[in-house]
Amino acid sequence: MSIGFMLALLGAALATILAGMGSAWGVGMAGQAAAGVVAEDPDQFAKVLILQLLPGTQGIYGLLVTFITLSRIGLLGGSAALTMDTSTGLAILAACLPIALVGLVSAYHQGKTAVASIGVVAKDPNQFGKAMLFPAMVETYAILALLISILAVSNIPVAA
Amino acid sequence: MAVVEMQKLSICASKKNRKAILELLQSMEAMQITTEGIDGKGLQKMDTLGQRTQFEKNAQSFDQAIRLLDTYAPVQQKGLSLFSEKKLVTRSEFREADQNQQKYLSDANSILKAEKELQECRAAIARDRDTITSLEPWMSLDVPMIFEGTRDTAFFIGTMTGTVTEADVLAAASRGLPDPAACTADIISTGLGQTNLTVLCLKRDAQKVSDNLREAGFAKLPFLTRHTPQEKKRRCEEDTKAQEARIGELTKQIAGYAGEREAFEISSDYFRTRAEKYRVLGTIPQSRNVFFLEGWVEAAHAEDIAKVLTDRFGAFVQKEEKREDEIIPTELHNNKWSSMVEGVLESYGLPQHGRVDPTFIMSIFYVFFFGMMLSDAGYGIMMMIFCGIVLARHKRLEKGMHQMIQLFFWCGLSTTFWGFMYGGFFGDAVDVVAKTFFGYTGPGIVRPLWFDPLNNPMRLLIYCMLFGLIHLFTGLGIKGYEYLKKGDVLSFVAEVLDWYMFLIGLILLLLPTDLFQGISQMSFAFPPFVHVLAQVLTFGGMILILTMQEHARKNWALRILLGVYDIYGVTSWLSDVLSYSRLLALGLATGVIASVVNMMGSMLGGGVLGAIVFILVFLVGHLLNFLINLLGAYVHTNRLQYVEFFGKFYDGGGLAFRPFRSANKYTEIKEEKVS
Repeated sequence: MSIGFMLALLGAALATILAGMGSAWGVGMAGQAAAGVVAEDPDQFAKVLILQLLPGTQGIYGLLVTFITLSRIGLLGGSAALTMDTSTGLAILAACLPIALVGLVSAYHQGKTAVASIGVVAKDPNQFGKAMLFPAMVETYAILALLISILAVSNIPVAA
Repeated sequence: MAVVEMQKLSICASKKNRKAILELLQSMEAMQITTEGIDGKGLQKMDTLGQRTQFEKNAQSFDQAIRLLDTYAPVQQKGLSLFSEKKLVTRSEFREADQNQQKYLSDANSILKAEKELQECRAAIARDRDTITSLEPWMSLDVPMIFEGTRDTAFFIGTMTGTVTEADVLAAASRGLPDPAACTADIISTGLGQTNLTVLCLKRDAQKVSDNLREAGFAKLPFLTRHTPQEKKRRCEEDTKAQEARIGELTKQIAGYAGEREAFEISSDYFRTRAEKYRVLGTIPQSRNVFFLEGWVEAAHAEDIAKVLTDRFGAFVQKEEKREDEIIPTELHNNKWSSMVEGVLESYGLPQHGRVDPTFIMSIFYVFFFGMMLSDAGYGIMMMIFCGIVLARHKRLEKGMHQMIQLFFWCGLSTTFWGFMYGGFFGDAVDVVAKTFFGYTGPGIVRPLWFDPLNNPMRLLIYCMLFGLIHLFTGLGIKGYEYLKKGDVLSFVAEVLDWYMFLIGLILLLLPTDLFQGISQMSFAFPPFVHVLAQVLTFGGMILILTMQEHARKNWALRILLGVYDIYGVTSWLSDVLSYSRLLALGLATGVIASVVNMMGSMLGGGVLGAIVFILVFLVGHLLNFLINLLGAYVHTNRLQYVEFFGKFYDGGGLAFRPFRSANKYTEIKEEKVS
């Protein structure tokens, strides 16, 4: 097995690990706030649940990039590119980094914003539409990072 | 697609018709009553708080009685209780409830009384159980628990901590007594870190033994019962049985009122509505003989309402101008299809009067973008079936809920459309099943009608940005339309036209460049005049922005400087357009994860076991993927409307039209309205 292949696999792993960590962090934070609101006013369950789930998408994006990467390096079906050269492997690792790093940081901050938005809903449930928007703003950057990772991963030439 | 024209009416009528007029207005649900504007000098307001509170209390009694009926005599509902709808009752049913309200109120109160007694019974049963538990260690004691001895003997009942033997107790108790001590000890039971015991001695030694025992850590038993433990247990069990029988009776008694549920619901609404009427009544200024009222109605109904009030009650009705500081309430009127996104608009903010209602245009983009993000035909069909069933089975859903379900139905249709365009039906489920279980090896069965975004993401990205640009230009166009409608041509040129020129020019300059060709793999070869046109548009637009955008400023130096800053605003257009890349990213996310689910399901290959695993993984995996992407599509479609689209022209700020109406929670009255 070549160093290149291992680097590519590391990249794929990092996309899921870091973005997933960020999402776990964010969803966890928001979940605590949501549970507090439901304890006071159980009717708000559906609304705060939606807000809690918002930072969860980064984990999905990370997973997405991981799967595309794994299928590119032939680990899912087909033949694995075990002899990949180091520079290609490094390139794939680099391509995975945007969603890995931005996913981690943006999910954390989206979680904090979701907590604040849950506070909005607790005070005035009618402002749900606006409250939902603040965490969604943070997510934009995760989406941009996802886009770059997908484009880069799917365009790096891999000799199969 | 419009904000409904409103008209303010002022009403002055004889005081004796006060309640009748209010009742009529309430049943018409057509007027938002305001009374702040009336000069109250010399006028008085009636204190209605007492009656209102009484009515609200009655309504609550009925609500509680209904909840109890739900518990003790549940009705089988068709459909999901999530989608509760109001019952349709006729005016005469409503009146019938009104006439018998005393009977219903006393029935509701007897339900509440029965519930109170039920709770007492349950408490008694719990108490009995506790008593039996605390007596359990003493069961082998066959004297009453308050027994303190006979004529010549003294008897102690109590506990000591830890496990002690009879010999220990005896030794401790008989210390200092002449030997052989006339004293016996019996261990009744041990457990829970203590020993339960009795000591018997002669009465003359009682004081001594008692002191000895206390020193040894003996604690006298607090009062439990004056019977023997056995007897007390039997009594407790008897009591429990009696209470349970009573509970059964009471439950049956409550359930016996099940037939009056509907009457309770109507009565509850009746009292709530009356409370609402009295609330308004309390705000109305009145003199000795007349009262005054102002309110907003839809302009189209103003004449009719005035006529009814004049003819029926001899009221004096007059059209009023709005006061300076008053905000006219906003009521939207849209075609049946577009009105389904009114809720989305409302949660951002309603349009003010004189502004454009973007509902219709938004509804088209909303459904279109939602479908692009969820983009799986299987998921779309699931949404359509679910929403279709709900809509078919619940005809009288609350308005907001009905619109929401309707919106999701159409979003489901759009999702189905985009799913087939991208070639996604539960991901690649059809092909995976064919390959895994039927050994199919030919070309793909479900093929995209347009193209598979995973094979050419750049191409779809360009399309997403194109759709985004259309969306944004539409927004800018609405802003231009508003200026032109007001006749403000200067602002139209300064804030709308110049940007159109500048941006279209820039795009035309960008398209033929190598940079764009490199990204999109599309080449544009424009004839030379287009190139000239592009330059003219770009620089013309730029000069207009420089000189006109800040046309309110008189100081030219400042105007140009700020103009330069405004040109920098082109970056916000760039970020807005890039924001539409979420259409691609979320669309890919659905498709790829759906494929992953299918792949995981098919890992065990064909055969019966493989099929079972596939079905399980398929159900759980796709449900999860569906839900998470549904959430994503919903949130980000809203975002594209609120931030990118509305950012170009819309700022909400309208107040919703809230007519004076019945406060019905359970029922809806079938009757003719003015409209």
